[in-house]
Order: sequence, then C-alpha cells, then structure tokens
Amino acid sequence: MAQLNWKSYQKEIPDDHFFYVRSCIRQTFFPGAETALLYVLREVLNKDVFEDKRHTTCTGIGFHSDVIPLETIMTVVARQLALMTEAGYKNLLVSCVTSFGIYLEILEMWKHFPEKLAQTREALWKATRREFEVPALLTHSSDAIFHFKEQILNKSQISLVNAESGQALKGVEHVGCHYAKIFPQDGIGGAEFPRVLSGLIEGWGGELIDYPERRHCCGFGFRHYLVRANRGYSISNSKIKFESMAPFEPEFILTNCPGCNMFLDRWQYTLSEMEGKTYDSRGLGIPVLSSEEMAGLMVGMDPWKLGLQMHQIAVEPLLDKMGVNYAPKAKYHLASSAVPLPQKPSVLLV
Amino acid sequence: MNCGVCTAICPAAAYFDYDPREICQDVQSGDESILIGLLKGEQIWMCGQCLSCKTRCPRDNTPGYIIQVLRKISQEMGYFVHSRLGRQQLLLKRAIGHSILETGYCVHPKLIRPETHREQGPVWEWVMDNAREVYKKCGSLYYEEGLGGLRKIDSDTLDEMQAIFQETGAFTLFDKIEQASEAKAAEMGLSFSDDDDNEYLREIQL
Repeated sequence: MAQLNWKSYQKEIPDDHFFYVRSCIRQTFFPGAETALLYVLREVLNKDVFEDKRHTTCTGIGFHSDVIPLETIMTVVARQLALMTEAGYKNLLVSCVTSFGIYLEILEMWKHFPEKLAQTREALWKATRREFEVPALLTHSSDAIFHFKEQILNKSQISLVNAESGQALKGVEHVGCHYAKIFPQDGIGGAEFPRVLSGLIEGWGGELIDYPERRHCCGFGFRHYLVRANRGYSISNSKIKFESMAPFEPEFILTNCPGCNMFLDRWQYTLSEMEGKTYDSRGLGIPVLSSEEMAGLMVGMDPWKLGLQMHQIAVEPLLDKMGVNYAPKAKYHLASSAVPLPQKPSVLLV
Repeated sequence: MNCGVCTAICPAAAYFDYDPREICQDVQSGDESILIGLLKGEQIWMCGQCLSCKTRCPRDNTPGYIIQVLRKISQEMGYFVHSRLGRQQLLLKRAIGHSILETGYCVHPKLIRPETHREQGPVWEWVMDNAREVYKKCGSLYYEEGLGGLRKIDSDTLDEMQAIFQETGAFTLFDKIEQASEAKAAEMGLSFSDDDDNEYLREIQL
C-alpha cells in the first residue's frame, strides 16, 4: 500500500523542449536564480528552453490579494498558453510556485467545468485574437532540477559535503505551499512526502534534517506582506520555522519558491534586529538558497554572477564548506568601481 | 462536515482571532444577516491564502477558496470598507493592480522602496542604490528591452493586458473598489484622490 501511495505521487517530467515563464518575485529579488536555471538547462544539459519576450506576469499575486478576478487571471494564463502554442511547444516550465499553483488550478478547473474553458477561449479571442492549446505537461523549475539531479551531479566538482571534513552538510528544506498543498498529485512526493527538495539534498550528498514545522507556511500571506501594517503575520510565521529548525543546527535552507526564499532570508535579518538573536551559533544566520541557485553552484557558476550577494544572510560559510572556488572580495565589486559596501546590520554578522 | 482540521492547520488561526471552520459554518447557515456580517467583518481578510486547508480537509473542501469568494462578493457589494482590513483593498488595487497594467509585472524592484521596506535590510538598499549594475551582473535586463529577466514589456503586450482586463471584468472590480473607498472617505471626513497624497490612503495604511 505504501508503495502504491508513493507511486501515485510521482509525476511525469519531460526530458526536453520547454516553454519557459518567469517569476515576478524571482526577477525582483533573485534574478541570478533564473539565470542559473537557464544556464544549467541550456548550456550544461543542452536542453531546448524557449522564452517569448511577450509573456507577462500570471497576475497570481493580484489574484490571491483579491484584486484580480478569476476570469481575468484565466484569460491572462490563456494568453501565456497561446504564446506557447504559437511557438509550437507543449511543455510549460514555470519559475514561480504561486504561478505553478495558478496554472494547476486553472487547468483542473477547465477539466471539471468545460464551459469555463470555452468562456476563456472566447474572452482571449475577443481581447487579443489569440488561440491556445492546454499544455501536455506542467513542470515547476524545481521539478526540472530534481529530474536532472544526477546529470547535474555528474557535471559537478563539488557536492553538499564538507570539502575539508568529508561530512555531509546538514540541510533543511522548505517547500512552497502552492507547490503541492493544493494539488498533491502534481508535486514530486505530494504534500505528505515531498521529495522535490529533500531528494536534491540527499541526492547531492547532504544530510536531510527533519524539523517539526517543516510544512508550515513561510508566512507570505499575500495581503499580509504586501500591506505594511500586516507584516507581523508574515514574520511571525517565519519565526515559527526558524525556532523549530534552529536546534538541529542546519547549515543551509533549500527552497523552491521565490517568495519563501526571500522571506526566510530577510526575516532572519529583521528578527535579529528586533530580538538580538540569530538562528545559528555564530551569529551569521542560516543561508537560504533556492534549488536553482544550488544547481548553479554545483555546475561551477560564480556566486556573484549567480546573485548570492543579493541575499542578506551571508552565503560564504556555506560556499567555504562546499569548497566552492570564488573571490570573496569580488562580492560587492561592480564595474563602476568605488561603490560603498552595504551597511552592516547591528546584530547579524556579514 | 465539521471536524475543524482546517482551523488546526491554519497559520492565520494561530496568529489572529480567526477560525475558518466557523466561517464555513456561517456560510452554510443560510442566514442572510450572518452572511452580511461576514462580508462586512474583519475575519474574511485574515486568511493568508496558503491553502494548507486544501491539503488537510478530509472532504476535499477548501475553506481558503470559500474565503476568496466572500472577499470577491464583499468588494462587489461595497461591504469591504466596513472593516479595517477590508479597506486595505484600495492599497492592493493601486499597488499590484496598477503595476500589472503599467509594467506587466505584479511585483518589480522599483515597487520595493527601501524606505517602506525596512525589513529588506541593508543589502536591499545597496542593491537599489546600484540596481542597474547589480541586476545586469546577474543576467537581468533591468527594464531594458530584449529577451530575458525583468525586460521592459512592450506596449502591444500591455495593450493586450488592458484588453483582457476590460473583457473580463477587472476594471469593473477596480472601479467598485475606488468608488466604495471614496464614499467611505467622505463618511470618515477624509480627503481622497487618485494619487497617494490623501488622508484616506494614509489612514488605511495604519
């Protein structure tokens, strides 16, 4: 029975030919993560990943903040699919977990309510004179990294092992809620046994650390972060996670959601300023990397072209343990030379 | 079904005085006065839309989506301005809604101003002070035309988004949010305008 359950939580991931749609949050906070994803797939693994510059936001953040109607988001999504159809692709590759949940939701809705699909086709035609086909397969970027994890490891000179001691690095994962909580059958391992990130940690040599609040939301809450007065909700939920994982002394947090990645990074800083504490023993905080950033490091990307200097929590302790070859002084170096360094936080060491 | 697992798993129920089970019971009550109370109240705005309730409901219900429908109705009927949290919809409409139409992105760097996002820390300030170079170093186009991250979305595409918003009722919702907010501002004796410099907008940010 257990084996049958596990089988039912597997998903088909294409080997090639992806139509790629970007994430608003990732493009804002961690642009290097998308650069890494495309570099790994296109340059390292020789995959065909097509991007149409006319694609837009899916409007998911507006939808979950209740200012974008269902009919609107369905039609915006349909427009993305029309661009995919026009380009001759069938496999949609999605960078954002909010978008991933949106695409799953809409495709599922169209299955159960074909009249909604018909209405959407009509609305898109009236608004843009475009037509579309539904995708054959829907893949999140972390699914793709998981799918190719052995090939990535084979191309790598490093792994999630302490280069000096030979000990496996201790990692915790945080899977974005909309990856598999809405449609468990569309996430690797589902919502009960998510494997998409734990499989990467273990597959790349690390030690997966369980912690009680592993499945708790990071606290984005859409309107709860977007409206300044509500941000107490967001930081409180991240704090629940940090308090829960800290006793296990993780050396990194691995994420698959652009928003979660940002919150788990930034709220550590904010909590350090508010409460004078960090969630590691050295006062540095716990580095938070996405699966795409970790894959970029694995295949030898320069951490500063990967954008890891845009993280508030210093990543150098992790880079040193992994044996990444990098130039520490180049972290904040820019071509225009004499740029002042970022100010130091009052508690968190950087 | 009345097991309360949705409330047990709900991050918002742990943070607020909030109970998704109670809301589902109220929706099923069929009592119009109770429903209007919900639509005018604070509670429906407390859900964080994480949808953990979807995973856990043993009957495959989704309280988070019931909340979403209530929020939609609350805005369509103008009831959202009766609650402090509901009134914040104007901020979201003007920030996220306008951003989508003006840029093609829900969120983009220029929306995350360090002075209103102190939680982003000194690194974000540094990023914003040196944005063009930092983003380009990481392979981003940073608002320039082309194929890649954070590219300038072309005007034909933005026109298509406008047409979709028009065709599918987004502008109707936007208008309802603005009109109900303006009426509420008058009732509260606060100034109201299209720009950010008005007493009502400052009041609902608190």
